[in-house]
Amino acid sequence: MVVFDKPKSLTDVPMHYCPGCTHGIVHRLVAEAIDELGIEGDTIGIAPVGCSVMAYDYFTCDMIEAAHGRAPAVATGVKRADPKKIVFTYQGDGDLASIGMAETVHAAARNENITIIFINNAIYGMTGGQMAPTTLPGQVTQTSPYGRDVKACGYPIKVCEMLSQLDGATYIQRVAVNNIKNIKDAKKAILKAFKNQVENKGFSLIEVVSSCPTNWGMTPKAALEWVESNMIPYYPLGVYKDTTAKEETK
Amino acid sequence: MSDKVLMKGNEAIAEAAICAGCRHYFGYPITPQTEVAAYMAKKMPKIGGTFLQAESEIAAINMVYGVSSTGHRVMTSSSSPGISLKSEGLSYLAGADLPALVVNVQRGGPGLGGIQPSQSDYFQATRGGGHGDYHMVVFAPASVQEMASLTVRGFEVADKYRVTSMILADGTMGQMMEPVDLSSLKSEYNPEKPWATTGTGKKREHNIVNSLYLKPEELEKTNFERYERYKKIEENETLYEEYLMDDAEICVAAFGIAARVSKNAINEARKEGIKVGLIRPITLWPFPKAPFEKAANKVKTFISVELSMGQMIEDVRLSTHDKANYMLCNRVGGMIPSPDEVLSAIRNAAKGGKN
Amino acid sequence: MKTTQYLFAGFGGQGILFSGKVLAYKGLMESKNVSWLPSYGPEMRGGTASCSVIISDDAVGSPIVSKPDVLVAMNLPSLDKYEDSVVPGGAIFVDSSLVNRKVKRTDVKVYYVPATRLADERNIHTLANMILLGKVLSASGEYDEEIVKAALNKVISAKHADMFDVNLGAVKLGTEN
Repeated sequence: MVVFDKPKSLTDVPMHYCPGCTHGIVHRLVAEAIDELGIEGDTIGIAPVGCSVMAYDYFTCDMIEAAHGRAPAVATGVKRADPKKIVFTYQGDGDLASIGMAETVHAAARNENITIIFINNAIYGMTGGQMAPTTLPGQVTQTSPYGRDVKACGYPIKVCEMLSQLDGATYIQRVAVNNIKNIKDAKKAILKAFKNQVENKGFSLIEVVSSCPTNWGMTPKAALEWVESNMIPYYPLGVYKDTTAKEETK
Repeated sequence: MSDKVLMKGNEAIAEAAICAGCRHYFGYPITPQTEVAAYMAKKMPKIGGTFLQAESEIAAINMVYGVSSTGHRVMTSSSSPGISLKSEGLSYLAGADLPALVVNVQRGGPGLGGIQPSQSDYFQATRGGGHGDYHMVVFAPASVQEMASLTVRGFEVADKYRVTSMILADGTMGQMMEPVDLSSLKSEYNPEKPWATTGTGKKREHNIVNSLYLKPEELEKTNFERYERYKKIEENETLYEEYLMDDAEICVAAFGIAARVSKNAINEARKEGIKVGLIRPITLWPFPKAPFEKAANKVKTFISVELSMGQMIEDVRLSTHDKANYMLCNRVGGMIPSPDEVLSAIRNAAKGGKN
Repeated sequence: MKTTQYLFAGFGGQGILFSGKVLAYKGLMESKNVSWLPSYGPEMRGGTASCSVIISDDAVGSPIVSKPDVLVAMNLPSLDKYEDSVVPGGAIFVDSSLVNRKVKRTDVKVYYVPATRLADERNIHTLANMILLGKVLSASGEYDEEIVKAALNKVISAKHADMFDVNLGAVKLGTEN
């Protein structure tokens, strides 16, 4: 009896992520959602610029590599051209909340029927650990070597809180992948974000609070503990908006 | 009575795009091309197409990138400052070998510049604009009919070679009305696009639309391969018009509105017995080197008439091996050379004068 | 082989572009080569506007009219700006209810039409442009009601069909003044 297997929607290409990186977990959760919904053949994924830039090699569905921050615009184009296809973007915090903030906000405002998986690890990983729009106050990075000074650099952007203010967005939830319980919740949320799209319900975004042991300068275990003690208090988990919930209770 | 209708150049582009099977348009308002967006906003919903006013020029070109990935014909239009914003996307389209049509109805620059006609984006259009080694096929219409016919051709060339086609017009071409025959506007060339990301249907390996190659030898290979295609484009797709060149000793080089003005001046100069003709590039890239090279055997002076500080003149000099005399007759900032100004440049050249 | 270059000029909102368009369509109906080029930009919102129309037996070269055969000046700034550019032997049509000076040129034909006053008297306030167009056509002996009707049909959209008769009436009025 097989008790643990690779999801069908993941390829055999070895992932390039660092030891202890949570991208692998989230890739798996996305692939499991695609498998469970049986949508692999109809799904088109959009990879970002950042650590997950080569996500196009890891998913078996058709994939598009977008310019930095532009994935929601690319996804909009794909979805408008082929509305029956399932379109998701997979983006980090620099990609989605800094250079691509306009694309993110407007895709949400239009309630584009797409699914966005947003990895928040509070740092630019690919380029070696610079300050991200989600870097915590006081957090040391390569470009905030004395700790993020909010007087000079402003405060972190809470994406779920912000997007949930838009009339357009359908489903906004923040999850984490630092322990088994949270991973299970994250799986449910990601599945729902895809299911919403299958059911034409509109824009769904799942923010996944993640870790970056390499650029945080921690062991994988310490990084997960830091998620619990520092990240989650600043970025509380939960459902920020869900217009489908209202429909269901009606 | 003709079947022709009077149309603005901008509207002719939009209608021609629809005739060519384009059903997806993304844009952002900017003068003097807004009629393209307005026309699409009116028409697309009625024919099951997409019109979307994007949040920015950058978003618009990336929506184009998304649609093109799925294999559908798609376009965007803008004017000079907006094209600068789109340049990132133009480079990515080139890197991912995605076909698309981009319209630039030029206005004066640099910066916010003005809103009157200009041709000062010639370098940006023919030399890149975005980063990396790439070309777009650049069409320069000189009539409203050409605004339409070159739009259809632009889509076909883009699909055939997997490149971006650009219509490089200017405010005059966009705003003027002329009779257009729409009956000839259709596209019968619709190649298969096996590379498109349309969903695997679990029947094939996944397609990846991508411009990232971290291994330099692979990236080099894609560049070489792309330039092989560019070579074919140069061989097969170069377009130009010659006017009174048979006995010409002076050659005016001009495209778009500048060519229209120049024709008036050339007709006047001919009445004075000056042997002057015109070579009008219709594609700016690939530049029609051959007719210029041939002309250089007889022509003593080339006059480049441009709405720029002298951009195309560099291609004229390169094509003719810099062995003739060269004069620039130009106005910029939204000003247009008058036929009289061009005529005096021709007279000056006929007297053996230099710039 | 004949080419006629027209320049219509006035305030934005006087219908400069519209009357130019009707004239261009008239040329098209007669199977001539035509071009129509508006000034564009903020001046459309109430400043001075102009419109170049060329009707020709030959292909139209530059669509920009810098030396008009026919100038229609619907306000004083337009007459001041373009009077000298009219070719000798050409014609200037002036809305004499808005322009309070005479044309200085003596080498051109001049027609003074109190178009705005005529329009006001008949309660067709916005159609001084069409009255002047009527005068332009009759003065050159090119007025042909059927062709004007056909041109109006092209320019007036079905949604505004009720505007057809009143426009045609204004053109006719111009031919009589």
